[in-house]
Amino acid sequence: MFLVLLALSIVSLSLGAVRIAPGHVFSYLIDALWGNLSFSSEEELILFSVRLPRIIFAGIVGAALAIGGVIFQAILRNPLADPYILGISGGSALGAIIGIVIGAGSFYIGVPLLAFLGALTTVFLVFIVAGSSRGPLQDNTLLLSGVVVNAFFSAAILFFLSVVNSMELHSITFWLMGDLSRASAREIGIAAVCLVAGFILLYGQARKLNLIVQGEDTAEHLGVHVERTKQWLLILTSLIISVAVSLAGIIGFVGIMVPHFMRLVFGSDHRLLLPVSALFGASFLIAADTVARVVLAPAELPVGVITALCGAPYFIFLLKRKAW
Amino acid sequence: MSLIEARNIKFGYDAKSVVENISFAVDAGQMVAVIGPNGSGKTTLLKIINGTLLPDAGQMMIDGQETGRWSRKEIAVKVAIVPQETSVIFPFYAEEIVLMGRFPHLGRYRFEDKKDYRIVHEAMEKTNSLAFASRRFGELSAGERQRVLIARALAQEPKILLLDESTVFLDLKHQAQFMALLHQLNAEQNLTVMFVTHDINLAAQNSEKIIMLDSGKIYAIGMPADVITAANIKEVYDVHAGIDANPYDGSPRVTLLK
Repeated sequence: MFLVLLALSIVSLSLGAVRIAPGHVFSYLIDALWGNLSFSSEEELILFSVRLPRIIFAGIVGAALAIGGVIFQAILRNPLADPYILGISGGSALGAIIGIVIGAGSFYIGVPLLAFLGALTTVFLVFIVAGSSRGPLQDNTLLLSGVVVNAFFSAAILFFLSVVNSMELHSITFWLMGDLSRASAREIGIAAVCLVAGFILLYGQARKLNLIVQGEDTAEHLGVHVERTKQWLLILTSLIISVAVSLAGIIGFVGIMVPHFMRLVFGSDHRLLLPVSALFGASFLIAADTVARVVLAPAELPVGVITALCGAPYFIFLLKRKAW
Repeated sequence: MSLIEARNIKFGYDAKSVVENISFAVDAGQMVAVIGPNGSGKTTLLKIINGTLLPDAGQMMIDGQETGRWSRKEIAVKVAIVPQETSVIFPFYAEEIVLMGRFPHLGRYRFEDKKDYRIVHEAMEKTNSLAFASRRFGELSAGERQRVLIARALAQEPKILLLDESTVFLDLKHQAQFMALLHQLNAEQNLTVMFVTHDINLAAQNSEKIIMLDSGKIYAIGMPADVITAANIKEVYDVHAGIDANPYDGSPRVTLLK
């Protein structure tokens, strides 16, 4: 899986509006590893200042979405859950749109910051709506609250779409479809740190996830403090997804397809499922983004279009598939 | 000191109380049946014993300490429960399910080692489920699944095994094997067994003590012959029953009368 990721990255590095031979890519990378980079040629410049950051970013976002999918599917015990199910997408989109409309884009990380705040607000709202004085969080209440909050934000988004000017409309549309081209090196760095830290923390919960998937009662009987574990996982996962969404926009289907595909291949043990899903999610989004860059070169498609085109048929396949 | 001791327990959801005035004691190595009509609080009682539910009043003592003061993991090492059924939404192998029984024994970021696999192997051998260790849990028959779930409970290496109507989905042969296994574990490992059942004859034949619940209270408790009487059955289940001693082991036998 790791080799797949590596190979894909090299292919992706060589493809684009300007083609760079894979052999060259390889020797540049080796040079870079030894620390003697000159940036003398145009190829090197494209490679290291444009493509490499973007590929790393695609990988981070893909991994985050895939992990988010695994976790949400497990704790909600719902195979059709995805990382956006609690309304994170709607909230961050609204935040981003407000950012674009008030011109926060001209400030340093203005739009991503607002998107992140939007996502956090949503999660907070969903918890308040779903939480009750009667006790523990119920999965169904949580899901429904997510749907309701998302619907509300969708209405707000449509409102903004109908009143903004065409320039803003274009950037909003791109944001909504998912776009990996905007993130700066520093933002990518922040995302990488968040993902790695988040993953290490999440991985510590992997065995508990295996038990929670068996049913909350069962998990409780076997020694898991279910309520506490679920809250911790929901918060942690929501944070990771919020970071990814606020920088990359809404990229659909990665978070739902990758976990299922990995379960088919590797089984459901989360100690294996989490890392392979992260790697495959990264590979998948890098591949999709490469396609998005290449098909209309030098113009670009939003990467969300590619993932949705692959994702929708796969989703239907899952629905039609017999039970486990 | 009793292994399990309930002292005047009361528990309810919202304002409605589900069980009340529950007091009993079970010693290590005893086999106890819990019977009672639907909604009499049997499952709730099991959940109170294993600490999933904490009593609103009174004390539930396991191994001399209140359940609320043990951590979830500590209690899972002492008390294992076999549920009626488990639904699976993702594919797991039978062996993986049994391995989950090792959870309370392991720390975070740790994988199972040889010892854990040996215990799991033994548990599956005892429950006669080793043959389908590498099959998907969801593809197994109800009887096979039940045996896997018992193996998982054994893998916890508990002192107390709680069973919630575990024989409901089993055919006669598997029921017989299942009860034989319980007796064997009880005899060989001094495992304390508490099982909830609707089958009064099964309870009478396989326990040394019966707790009879009615509307959340203990209606009768004691030796099978003292608890299974026509008067008690009439009062608790509202049916006419004839009781005699069965000619094979002398335990009370219930025959429903028309």
